[in-house]
Formats: sequence, C-alpha cells, structure tokens
Amino acid sequence: MSIEIRNITKQFGNFNALNNVSVEVPSGELVALLGPSGCGKTTLLRIIAGLENSDRGSILFHGEEATDRDVRERQVGFVFQHYALFRHMTVFENVAFGLRVRPKKTRPTEAEIHRRVHELLNLVQLDWLADRYPPQLSGGQRQRIALARALAVEPKVLLLDEPFGALDAKVRKDLRRWLRRLHDELHITSVFVTHDQEEALEVADRIVVMNQGNVEQIGTPQDVYDHPASPFVYKFLGNVNLFHSRVHAGRAQIGDIEVALEGHQDTEDSPASAYVRPHDIDIQKTRGEQPAFEAVISYVHSLGPLVRLELQRADHTDIVEAELTREKFKELAVGEGDTVFVSPKNVRVFLDQTA
Amino acid sequence: MSSIAVSQYSNYQSRVAHNRATSEPAWIRWTLIGITLAFLSVFLFIPLAAVFTEALRKGVETYFAALVEPDAVAAIKLTLLAAAIAVPLNLVFGVAAAWAIAKFEFKGKSILITLIDLPFAVSPVIAGLIYVLVFGLQGWFGAWLIENDYKVIFAVPGIVLATIFVTFPFVARELIPLMQAQGKEEEEAGLVLGASGWQILWRITLPNVKWGLLYGVILTNARAMGEFGAVSVVSGHIRGLTNTMPLHVEILYNEYNYAAAFAVASLLAFLALVTVALKSFIEWKIERDASNEEKLSEQ
Amino acid sequence: MTQVITANHPPLRKRKQKNVLPGFNLSLGYTILYLSLIVLIPLSAAFIKTTELSFAEFWETVTTPRVVASYQLTFGASLIGAGINAVFGLLTAWVLVRYSFPGKKIVDALVDLPFALPTAVAGIALTAIFAGNGWLGSWLEPLGIKVAFTPLGVVVALTFIGLPFVVRTVQPVLEDLEAEAEEAAASLGANRWQTFSRVILPALYPALLTGFALAFARAVGEYGSVIFIAGNMPMVSEITPLIIITKLEQYDYAGATAVAVVMLVISFALLLAINGLQWWSSRRNGSAR
Repeated sequence: MSIEIRNITKQFGNFNALNNVSVEVPSGELVALLGPSGCGKTTLLRIIAGLENSDRGSILFHGEEATDRDVRERQVGFVFQHYALFRHMTVFENVAFGLRVRPKKTRPTEAEIHRRVHELLNLVQLDWLADRYPPQLSGGQRQRIALARALAVEPKVLLLDEPFGALDAKVRKDLRRWLRRLHDELHITSVFVTHDQEEALEVADRIVVMNQGNVEQIGTPQDVYDHPASPFVYKFLGNVNLFHSRVHAGRAQIGDIEVALEGHQDTEDSPASAYVRPHDIDIQKTRGEQPAFEAVISYVHSLGPLVRLELQRADHTDIVEAELTREKFKELAVGEGDTVFVSPKNVRVFLDQTA
Repeated sequence: MSSIAVSQYSNYQSRVAHNRATSEPAWIRWTLIGITLAFLSVFLFIPLAAVFTEALRKGVETYFAALVEPDAVAAIKLTLLAAAIAVPLNLVFGVAAAWAIAKFEFKGKSILITLIDLPFAVSPVIAGLIYVLVFGLQGWFGAWLIENDYKVIFAVPGIVLATIFVTFPFVARELIPLMQAQGKEEEEAGLVLGASGWQILWRITLPNVKWGLLYGVILTNARAMGEFGAVSVVSGHIRGLTNTMPLHVEILYNEYNYAAAFAVASLLAFLALVTVALKSFIEWKIERDASNEEKLSEQ
Repeated sequence: MTQVITANHPPLRKRKQKNVLPGFNLSLGYTILYLSLIVLIPLSAAFIKTTELSFAEFWETVTTPRVVASYQLTFGASLIGAGINAVFGLLTAWVLVRYSFPGKKIVDALVDLPFALPTAVAGIALTAIFAGNGWLGSWLEPLGIKVAFTPLGVVVALTFIGLPFVVRTVQPVLEDLEAEAEEAAASLGANRWQTFSRVILPALYPALLTGFALAFARAVGEYGSVIFIAGNMPMVSEITPLIIITKLEQYDYAGATAVAVVMLVISFALLLAINGLQWWSSRRNGSAR
C-alpha cells in the first residue's frame, strides 16, 4: 500500500516540528526518514501512524484520504524506539495481543492464534523465547519481538521509530541486514526513522533527508550520497571538506587553484562554498599537471583499512581532511611534516545565500 | 511520604561505606544508630508493644471476650462495611484521576493535583463538620432528608462519606507518579495493535501499576478502618449501631475498661502492621523487578 | 514569516487537536465530578456557613481567649513536634540509608507505622506508657517531668503522627545523592563534618523542609491521638480541633464553622507551601518525584 504525505505542518507551541512536508512512499518500498534529532522525523512517523495529529495537510493510504482515520483503523504496524513491549506479558502474549483484542466476530480461534504467533516467532527466529518475559530478553531480541508483534496484525504499512537506536554497534549491523532481508521477503511498505546515515544508506530503497522540519532531499541512497541537493545533505551524509570559494562562469576559484564545474555557467563572480569528500582529495608528492595546492601533513590517523590525513594548507589557515587506502598511503611514502600537493576532485559548489 | 519508592537502592553500602574518606568512624556510626533506635523506641516500638501487652494484661480469655462481645462485633462489621464502600470508590477515582493526569496534557493540571491533595491537609474533625453542614438537621439537605426519612448524619451513610473524604487522595497519589514514570508508549503500542480504551486500561496500564495500586488500596483500607476524628463527628456514637472500631475503643477507654479497649485496639494495630509489612514486600518486589530489568537490558 | 506560509495555503484551516489515547474526557470528567461531590462542595459549605455571621461576630468567635489559647497550643506543639521530627527524621533517614545494623529492614518498615496505625490506638497507647504509672511515665514523673495530660503530651502525640514524613521525604534524596560529590569533597581536603554540612546537607534542605511542612500540616489537624493524652483542659491543653467538636456538641454550628474556617485557611496555605517546596525540591534534584 502506498503512502502519500501532503503538505503536513505541525507545531508544538512555538516550535515548528514540520513545515509543509510532502513525501510519497511507493507501495512495497523501504523508506528511511533521515535527519538529526529534532528534525521532525519521528513526529512525521507518528503522524503517519495516527499517534499524532497534524495541524494542516493530509495523509493518504493507497490514494484514499486517511488523515482523520483512527489509529486502530489505519492497519499500520508500529515499532517503538524503546520497543514498548508489554512488560507483564510473555513474549507469546505480546505477539498475540493484537489478535486477542479483536472484537469477537473477527477474532481468530485460540488454535489459529497459536499457529500465527509461532509462525511469526519463527520468522524472527525467536520461537524458543515464547515463554520469557520482555525484561529477560536482550535488546536485539526485544527489537525482533516488537517487530513480530507489529506484524501479527497483518499491517498494510510498517513504521519503525529508530529501530536500531538503542542497540550496540555490532548487533545493530546484524539486525539491519536482517531487516533488509525480511523486507525483501515480505515486501510490506515500510518507513523507518533514523539519525544514522550509514544505516539509511545501507538499508533503504529511498531516503528522505530532513532538517528542521523540512525535507531537504528525497532520493535513492546513491542519489543523495553522490548528488546532495543542499549543503546540509552534504554535511549530514558523511565527512566533507568545505572550501570558501568564488564562482565565475562555470569555474570555481579555491585558494590558488581553479576547478571546472558542472553547471554554474551563467554565474558571475559570486561567493560560494565548495564541498569535497575526503576520499575525493587526491594527494601527490610532487606538483603534477592537475591544479593543486601545497599543504603540510599535520597528522596521520590510521583507521584500519583507511588512513586519514590532516593537511594544513599553505595558502590558507584551513585544515583539509583526506582519506586514502592504506595501500595508496604506503605507495606515497609520506609522513607527518612532509609537504604534499593536494587536488580536489568531484567538487560540488553551492552559492552562498545572499540575504 | 507514603508512596512507594521507585528509585533504586543506593550503592553506598557496597561502595562507600567502608571507605574512610566518605564514611564515619565506627564509634560515631554506632552512636548515631543508638540515638536513632532510642528515639524510635520511645515513639514507635514501646507504644506498639504497649498495645499488645495492655490488651493481654487480664489474660487471653478477657481478650477474646472483648472481641466477641456484641457491640464489638457490630463495630467491626460497621468498620468493614465503611471500608468496603470507601475503598472501591476511591480506587475507581484514583485510576480515573491518574489516567487523566498521567497520560494527557491539559491546562490546570497542577491545580487539579493540589485539589486532590486537599483532604490530606484538612483536619479530620473539619471533614466531619462539613458533612454535618451539608446533611445535618440544619444543613443544606437537612429538611429534605427528614421529609423523606433518610438519615445521613449520625447514621451509616455519614460514616461512609467521612471515610471516603479522609482516604480520598491515597490511591491517586500512589498511581499518578507511577503512571507518569511509565510514559505512554505501551498504551500507544496497544492502540496501534487495535485495542480499545478499556482493553488498554485492563490489559496494559493496570497490570503495569498493579503493585502501586495494591499499596494504594491497602493504605486506603488501613486509613478507612482506622479513621477516628471525622467519623467521630458524624457518628453520634450510638453503641451497636453507629460505632466503628476506633470509636468503640474510645468508649471502652473512657469507661476505664482498658483491657477491652486495648483488645479492640490490638486488632487495628495488627492491621497496621500487616499494612506496613505489605508495603515493604511491594517495595522489595518493585525493586527486584527494576534491578532484573536493568541487569538484562545491559546485555 | 508565518503569514507568508498561511497565505500560501488559505483553504487549509488549522485542524482541531484531539487526543489520540482514548478516555480523556471520561476520566477527567469523572475526576472533577467526584472531587466536587466529595471534597469541593462540602468544603464550600464551611465557607458559606460562616457568612451567616457578621464579620464582628466571626472575629469575636475566633479570638476568644479560649480559642486563641488552643491555636497557641495546636500550632506551638505542631511546630515543636515537626521540629523534633526534622532533627530525628534526618538522623533516622541517614542511619537507614548509610549504615547497616541488625534488624534494619524491620526498623525501616516500622517507620511507616504512624501512617497506618489508627490515631485512637496511638492515642491510648501513648497515654498508657506516659501516664504516671506507665512504662516511661513512672521513670519521668519522679524527675518532675509530667507528660500525659499536659501540653507536653500533645507534643509527644504530634511527634508520633508526624514521624514518617521527614524520614520518607529525605530518604530517597539521600539514596540518590551521588557518591562522587562526597569523594570529590574528600579529595579536595574537606573533613567529614565539612563534607556533611557543606555538600550533603544543602542537597537535603528542600526535602527536609518539605518533610517538616508535611509533618506540621498533619499535626495541626490531628485529633484522635491527642485527645487521649492531652487532658483537654481549657486554656491549657485543649487543641483547636477539640474546640470545634465542643462547639458542635453544643449545637453552635456557626461557631464551630468559624473556627474551622480559620484552620482551613491555614491548612490551604500550608498545602500551597508544600507544593511549592516539592516543586523546588524536584527541580533541585532534577527528578520528577
């Protein structure tokens, strides 16, 4: 079932949680709402679920108006950030809850409930925990039970609020791959909220980047990473170097060097910010043909397979960060204090806003 | 004050008590313990012991005779009746008030909380007085009540009303902080799964606060059975008819029938001891659950 | 700014907010109804009844020497009782949190007893032990200290009923105090007394004051435990609640109500002060308790 979010606005007192937000979630996709805390992503998720009312705008499920539909009639599955498992019920009873509270007419028989619950517990690979209580489970197990409980009511849409937020790094990685596989199996339209860009890039079919109640960009992981639509998206998705520059007729002046740009052909001498990813910083020991500026290596950080260099530009007080493979670093044979020549690739320029 | 401690037990014992820089020398410790126990002995232990020794002073036979005497039995019955009405009513109120206050935001919430506390600050004597003003002979409904041959003051309904008033806040005061601390995520989860309001209340909210609820009920019950001042004003002290156990104790005491007075009093003291023991048990239970949860969620 | 946004969407009115969780109207409605029927309307009767008196009559009733003497006893003894509880309650809380000794759990549990024990039972028990022939009275009277049937007896009874309050407000705060603060004080060279008076005690003040105010408020209205031990001599050991009862027994409803209104006003003021203190206390401790 597709979800359509149209012009949703929400205020808490004087705080604008959501500003005229519109997003479309195609049927069967796994979409990430990505942004820093306070950007409104959780509020948006809760509005989709019907746990929160919007001030303005509408929500459509499968093209049908659902804005005023009661939570209970929306047929959504919601996985809470802290799981919200019912503490006093066994795992089995937690998963069975949604079936047991149905009105008598539509309530499955006891045998049917048993069958369904065990089927779901098998799906999340935790059938052996059926008789435990939530406090006796680990974080990762609770997460999967919460998911099984949400799926028990056969929701048309699955909503997950920071599904991996409370887990440690290792479990988080395993679990998100598992979630991706599960989604590929079930193909249920899903939206999850996260502040972790790596998580969004790895798991989602589509990412909605949000900031201060606004949607900054919507696109595939590849899209938003390679072609960020705004400086915010650039900074939020991965590390980035920022250079102050001037743009004139399709070329950007960064310090001593000039680089060619895609677009900006008509721009006339405007101040701008140029963004370059650390792995797009090319380093040579000697000045080559490509335009490069001189810099001194101030620190070398070894990060497993990668090496990160902090470079002090000769023409400017700014520090430039570069990432290269261990192999490349060995090849270069440089160390702290050495002078190198730095040339940025894949430069993306945003004109500075003139007030 | 009376509420169940939700907080974790301190780590002082394990960590700091034997560290010289953050503890006191043994002689100071034992002096302070000694002073405390002496104070509590004078004000707690000795009076408590006195109730039971005085009750048994004239032997076990006199003791039981005082308990099965018709007036005593009538007093016990009336006390149980008043509590049996007051406790459920205040229980329902406490759950409703806690639901509204803990799960929703609204204007005037803090005023409402203060108003719920009000009966605690009002002297029990005044609690009795106000019902006399409303339902007494010269009260607002006095004439109407006589006309229709209803009796509230100097009768059972007045005793029940006064009892409800003095035990009014206890369940609510136990539940509000507990339910506030638990937030509303579980209720929302129930909602998304399709549960109705009543299903959420019965299957999620109440089981989660059951221990606090139980303690609120026990405390309400103890206060309801033991109330003296308010009931004294509205009862009229008619032996065998409108005497509750505490009033019966007073009458026996004023007749210098000390052994019988203390015999009935010992029943009430026993009830108080059970109440206190249950409170400790519940606290232990909550503490254990909380520490279990903490241990496991760290995995 | 906002105006611009609104201008962009003229047809979209701001939607009326409703609560997502059910039962708000029902629960709040019932709460207010029950509160009004049991507490607010009957209490207002006291204030309305007083209007039957002219202000001069009212003033005369509430300021006769016998009534004034009862105020002095009630408030004086309550203040002393609450003061004793502040000191010993703090000590008790300290000992229960910081030290271990045999039977500690039982002692801890019994601290709540005055809250659960019917006041009439407390009254006759205290009278029995402090009377001239009682366990403690027979020791004290030869020393010239008469407790039962004197104002001192009133203080004893009010100390008893206020006992749990200071202990139970200070105890959780003391438990939650961070050990690091004391360790830091020690590492900075403070001796134990300096650490206590400058680091620990200031953190306990709000709770201590709240407990004191609760004990005081409870004591002011107390009736059951006092009348047995006080002797109830007019002008000497007669508390204000007893004055109200006496007036009622003489069918002087207006008089009883007038005195009750004075007490009610004072109780309300105390309640507001306690709420203020608890708010201050929770802010100081950064918790919602």
